[in-house]
Amino acid sequence: MAYLFVNMAKGLFSVFIYVSLTGKLWYDLAKMIKLLSGNEALALGAYHAGVKIATAYPGTPSTEILESLARHDDIYAEWSTNEKVAMEVAMGAAYAGVRSLVSLKQVGLNVASDPFMAASTTGVNAGMVIICADDPGIHSSQNEQDNRHYARLAKVPMLEPSDSQEAYKLMAYAFDISEKFDTPVLVRVTTRISHSKSVVEVNQKRLAPARQANFHYAAKKYVMLPIHARLRHPLIEERLAKLAAYAETFTFNQALWGEHRLGIVTSGVAYQYAREAFPQASFLKLGMTYPLPQNLLLSFAAQVDRVIVIEELDPFLQENIQAMGIKVTGKEFIPAVGELNVDIIEKGGQRTGLLSETSPRHVEDTALNLPKRPPLLCPGCPHTGIFFTLSSIGQRSKPMKSRVKTPKESSLVITGDIGCYTLGTYPPLNAMDTCACMGASIGNALGMEKAGIAKKLVAIIGDSTFMHSGITGLVNAVYTKGQITIIILDNGTTAMTGHQEHPGTGISAQGKKTKAVELEQLVRGIGVSDVKVVDAFNMKQLRNAVKSALESPELSVIIARGACSVRVPTRSEPRAIDTEKCNLCGICLQLGCPAIQREKERVYIDTSMCVGAACTICQQICPRQAIDQQSKIEAAKSL
Amino acid sequence: MFVTGVGGQGIVLATDIIAEAALIAGYDVKKTDTLGMAQRGGSVVSHVRIGQRVCSPLIKKGDVDILVAFEKLEAARWCYYLRHGGIAIINNLALPPLSVNMGNERYPSDKEITDILKRQTDRIYFIDATRRARELGNIRTLNMFMLGTASVFVPLEVHAWEDGISQRLSPNIREINITAFRNGRKEMRSVHL
Ligand SMILES: Cc1ncc(C[n+]2csc(CCOP(=O)(O)OP(=O)(O)O)c2C)c(N)n1
Ligand code: SF4
Ligand code: SF4
Repeated sequence: MAYLFVNMAKGLFSVFIYVSLTGKLWYDLAKMIKLLSGNEALALGAYHAGVKIATAYPGTPSTEILESLARHDDIYAEWSTNEKVAMEVAMGAAYAGVRSLVSLKQVGLNVASDPFMAASTTGVNAGMVIICADDPGIHSSQNEQDNRHYARLAKVPMLEPSDSQEAYKLMAYAFDISEKFDTPVLVRVTTRISHSKSVVEVNQKRLAPARQANFHYAAKKYVMLPIHARLRHPLIEERLAKLAAYAETFTFNQALWGEHRLGIVTSGVAYQYAREAFPQASFLKLGMTYPLPQNLLLSFAAQVDRVIVIEELDPFLQENIQAMGIKVTGKEFIPAVGELNVDIIEKGGQRTGLLSETSPRHVEDTALNLPKRPPLLCPGCPHTGIFFTLSSIGQRSKPMKSRVKTPKESSLVITGDIGCYTLGTYPPLNAMDTCACMGASIGNALGMEKAGIAKKLVAIIGDSTFMHSGITGLVNAVYTKGQITIIILDNGTTAMTGHQEHPGTGISAQGKKTKAVELEQLVRGIGVSDVKVVDAFNMKQLRNAVKSALESPELSVIIARGACSVRVPTRSEPRAIDTEKCNLCGICLQLGCPAIQREKERVYIDTSMCVGAACTICQQICPRQAIDQQSKIEAAKSL
Repeated sequence: MFVTGVGGQGIVLATDIIAEAALIAGYDVKKTDTLGMAQRGGSVVSHVRIGQRVCSPLIKKGDVDILVAFEKLEAARWCYYLRHGGIAIINNLALPPLSVNMGNERYPSDKEITDILKRQTDRIYFIDATRRARELGNIRTLNMFMLGTASVFVPLEVHAWEDGISQRLSPNIREINITAFRNGRKEMRSVHL
């Protein structure tokens, strides 16, 4: 293998030298060939296709699409409040005759599904493309849904690239198809496409937006009264039939002939894995996975001895192809759960006798029991203090020396939400009981209260999540006279997904100042009278606020405000522990701050990690006042 | 090539630069990162594949030519990706996870780590990269130092690597990072060959 690599390298090096001799040519060539992630390629493709309005709410793995687009000043790009709003804004733009784009993660389309279905019903007046990034393997999500079903549900065309090059090229087709067939177009990618970099030949320039924005009265198309919607439905069916005919000759639906013993139908990144696992087979590689090209499939199947489908997650292609009367297998040996890779496909191939067994090349020993390394709240995270407070008031943490493995039955129920703060679930904080979907914390807590739970209920939610979908929950809690405590963690950013702005920050997607929506005004305006704003790094304030809110019979809202430590540019003098005063009680370790470490009979602070004065929460909670500025501790020692 | 370590060590940038260098040298290349819940101190894994034509961005288990680990525990965790006789370059650094700090789990000893690695390969290089980066005056050059050590085993010319670094880094930190890269290369040459 190493040999092959070197030999191959020599061959290519000579080519390289030849080109570099021509100097200028190489330079120009280099400019056209870029290494792009799938997300960057999608964004560039959309830009070159003349997109004018781009909207999104952040969500891994889709976030970088809007981030890339926001860098162009000839596009209007926004972080919308949530995905539903993003979809509605893009629809408005498409109605007004300019090309628009929405990007979101798989669960984002759930939030936006209502306007998505509506857009399918009304159709558009200029290209409207929705990029939806699924997350097989659940790298960073709350579930593993397969959004290809949405294409079928909404009866809209769906395109799937298998690398960055295709991602770039497909965007132009997506907008054209949208306009030609009067439909929104779904471009479906997965984490592995979005977050892999590969070589892209960029061969286009930005298409000048074709038309000026212009809206023409057409109530039968745009006003979905039942009487009009009834007229739209047959048109949608007609559209679908036309799209299926188009799919037959669509350039990205390609048969790649190898041996005729085995034919593989596949799409997206699964194609790349399958190609490597079955280098000799014939492939029908689908760039458009809804609607499917029936004749192409029938003719492909007729030319091979056996047809299998290799696809990630649900048997979407398989069932749709089976419905055409074609005999195919796939999910019988390719798992429907988790992300695929070449190893898994090879194993599947062996199970069904398509590949011969090979001896394993590696020893994967799960019995090794190596300590895991889950992600943690950062040193100096503004969420740490409040979780420590809840954990200690709710008797959840396990002191270092105690032998009890599980924490005591808690006196609080803490319904959680999604963001960095969900990490408060892990030990030592153990301070979250539920986390279902964005915005659910408030409704969940209210539901528990109304169900008659005797324990105190706390809903904990991030600032971006509150804007996204917490507001309606709060309105509901006010209206139904809920008595829960709601804690909004205001770290001034959407941290989890890489620090995007949101309405509360007052900064636009381009980093410019805009109008901020003030949290406390918003909460009071909804009708909450018990609103406290506390400093997220002041342990006493936090404790008092939580205690008084829990005791209060009213609905209480605490806004815990403190900047995300990743966003605080300057570090001040780190804290240190005076080993003379420290009696190893282990209370500071209960914070779960990664800077506080233990080495046998010594607890110490890793000074390269500690953020210092911006935080100091360990200093505030140490019962023996053993923690202080590093210089003070050292001065005391040298006395 | 397979690069692993802990979030915040600059692994994603390092593999971006490997990929750029391969592209500059005229290869097909794919790279992909597995970050879990992103940036917060978790285990990070990045795959880079270089060749005439690359299909899957993920490398098969037991097929990695070069494993570069920025931390010892991560080297042990991921070494089964290495092919038999492949190269393992490991930063001599232990970052105990929180569970170890809390006293719930135990960090493996150097001997245990070496034994795990030995099941895959004998070509193991422990390098004091964190110390050397600190000596250079900027701990954040760790990734370029590690890149330098790995570059010895990759048939790409030095200028491709350095062009890759220059492309990706802003002018004010370019020089120190190129120095770190060269130091790493020198260090590996002194132990290997
Ligand atoms: C419907 C939906 N959209 C997007 C996401 C991705 N996502 C997870 S958490 C989060 C926001 C977190 O921001 P915030 O509430 O401010 O908490 P922080 O991470 O800043 O602590 C986002 C956008 C998601 N999980 N579900
Ligand atoms: S990124 Fe910010 S909010 Fe998230 S864990 Fe780190 S400090 Fe906390
Ligand atoms: S002050 Fe204490 S809790 Fe805060 S970052 Fe430093 S060590 Fe961690």
